[in-house]
Amino acid sequence: VTHKLTQGDHVLHVDTLARVEGEGGMHVVVKDGLVADVELRIFEPPRFFEAFLRGRAWTEPPDITARICGICPVAYQMSSCLAIEDACGVTVPEELRLLRRLLYCGEWIESHALHIHLLHAPDFLGYAGAIEMAADHGAVVERGLRLKKAGNALMTVVGGRAIHPVNVRVGGFYRLPTREELRSIRPALEQARADAVATVALVAGFEFPEMVQPQEYVALRSPHGYPLEGGSIVTSTGRAFEVADFGTHIVEEHVARSNALHAHLDGQTEYVVGPLARYALNHDQLGPLAKEAAHDAGLGDECRNPFQSIVVRAVELVHATDEALRIIDGWDGASAPFVDVPPRAGVGYGATEAPRGLLYHRYELAEDGTILDATIIPPTSQNQPSIEADLRAFVQDRLDLPHDELVRQCEQAIRNYDPCISCATHFLDLTLEEQ
Amino acid sequence: VPEHTHPKLAVWKFASCDGCQLTLLNCEDELIPLAGEVEIAYFPEATRAVVAGPYDVSLVEGSVTTPADAERILEVRAASRRLITIGACATSGGIQALRNFSDVAEYRSIVYAHPEYVETLERSTPISAHVTVDFELHGCPVDSKQLLEVLAAFVQDRRPRIPAYSVCVECKRRGALCVAVAHGTPCLGPVTLAGCGALCPAFARGCYGCFGPQDTANTGSLADRLRVLGMDESQVLRVFRTFNAGAEPFRRESERHGPECHDIEQHEEATP
Repeated sequence: VTHKLTQGDHVLHVDTLARVEGEGGMHVVVKDGLVADVELRIFEPPRFFEAFLRGRAWTEPPDITARICGICPVAYQMSSCLAIEDACGVTVPEELRLLRRLLYCGEWIESHALHIHLLHAPDFLGYAGAIEMAADHGAVVERGLRLKKAGNALMTVVGGRAIHPVNVRVGGFYRLPTREELRSIRPALEQARADAVATVALVAGFEFPEMVQPQEYVALRSPHGYPLEGGSIVTSTGRAFEVADFGTHIVEEHVARSNALHAHLDGQTEYVVGPLARYALNHDQLGPLAKEAAHDAGLGDECRNPFQSIVVRAVELVHATDEALRIIDGWDGASAPFVDVPPRAGVGYGATEAPRGLLYHRYELAEDGTILDATIIPPTSQNQPSIEADLRAFVQDRLDLPHDELVRQCEQAIRNYDPCISCATHFLDLTLEEQ
Repeated sequence: VPEHTHPKLAVWKFASCDGCQLTLLNCEDELIPLAGEVEIAYFPEATRAVVAGPYDVSLVEGSVTTPADAERILEVRAASRRLITIGACATSGGIQALRNFSDVAEYRSIVYAHPEYVETLERSTPISAHVTVDFELHGCPVDSKQLLEVLAAFVQDRRPRIPAYSVCVECKRRGALCVAVAHGTPCLGPVTLAGCGALCPAFARGCYGCFGPQDTANTGSLADRLRVLGMDESQVLRVFRTFNAGAEPFRRESERHGPECHDIEQHEEATP
């Protein structure tokens, strides 16, 4: 098909988006040469996590909510632990926070390496997928797989396995890794750090379509460094609020076309979470090596071209490998693998930075720890309105492209967000929508 | 192997977390060699290239939870010479089968402001409730070595070597301390299928059954033991009602410890 959309009224339709996590499609309507409507359709079937969490024990969400996403289970484990510990009035000791950060670094390395090399780079280099790309760019794919493997190895040592780790519990861990176990993955992580620096150099040289994102950026900010395992919320227009106030600022709306809910910030239409937001709001907290890589890649204080998110992701890969080595080298054990978290009646909030952006959990507990209510807001449902806004602008400027090429470029634009559609499909009730 | 004999592999997703397909991408050392042995003909999570069916081997992840998916699985079966289900969702209905013990209309209204927008079935069912399945690989998620063994077996036209014994056997072989005997920690190891390598006991926690029931699971006897170890009825119910809640032995055992189950006509949507 080589007809052009400017030849009349057309519908651009992609049934199954490839190289995203989960099942989604895209629907663009063009009338008289103008983009009339853009829909990111999410038809990943709903799984109702927030409903069946009701009646479960306060100790169960780390294992249960991990199953929302096989690509970022640690994010779900960390946000749920924070929220439940908050409800119970417990803060874990510094060593356990560091161990959580280390495990989370493993997930960032695994997830970013997967997205950069296997899902997104084929768009820039002109291949259908990484396996096809491997024929011509074997070293790049091998480097990506090596990085991914290092992230998985780190998660396996700290968490027991890479997908749905078994070692995480409310209050900490079941068992502490030994110093020897942690040291054993040092060589792989050192290689990964060098690979990550090379990855930044590679992706910085890609060709990026011109695009400037006007949206507000939202990320965590933490006294413990570049945000992963906690913090409070800041935005690019200077808003700042605690995670406990997330629900008063962020409202989700249920739209007909999607089994994912759309989130809005303080009544605005859209905002962005993820690497670009984290970088804009926290680049001062990157380690020296990641700062240098960002500088060499030509990134300033802020990057507003969503296509360059692949560069920022690579910079975060440098930071995560560097940070993991720093934590391992400084690791001096902990007095106990976990602290007790006795239940009490109350509400708790938790937010951490999943690889694809801020992930929020809220739990209401009964006195005996039974969960009365649960709310989970994943990054992709927060980004969904922005993905659609990006597409609207993007398609309008490219209506002259042949159909297949336009479809390919739109898919690439969606992949800028590393959307996790499995995650986005299940959310909270929207009582506020009725206002 | 000459080019034309490469078997065509397809990977399909139903309701799931993507973790089992990710297990395939997590075979970092084997992925590129594998792509030389089989033709990856349909795998949307990895490539936008699509080779038309029929397919020699289909891997199916996820459970059936929507009217559209109940139709789609019939098409997948028709296009597949061999169909292998991977993971707890595909083999038992997954964590989303918790709806089978509840009222899905209520679930839908808890999560969605406009429940009428959401099409969903009353129950989450395994693929085998809808079509003939050639092999089921269990686990939440599946183990990568087992996944490669199953793929190799089908490519070589032999039976996969996947054990049917319990986690306890693996635990003894690993030399891990029995957390139930030594620490009084409740553990589902005796009734749970091996495959993980007795991971949880090695991390000082009890097995939580993510590989589902083993061949000859004596769940009643274990439930008695769990009560001796201090669990109350609702806790016993919940340990059997997680990622493999819909697997028969676990479903039956959970029902012995709680209010009557609504799940009588379990496979009513199935249309084999």
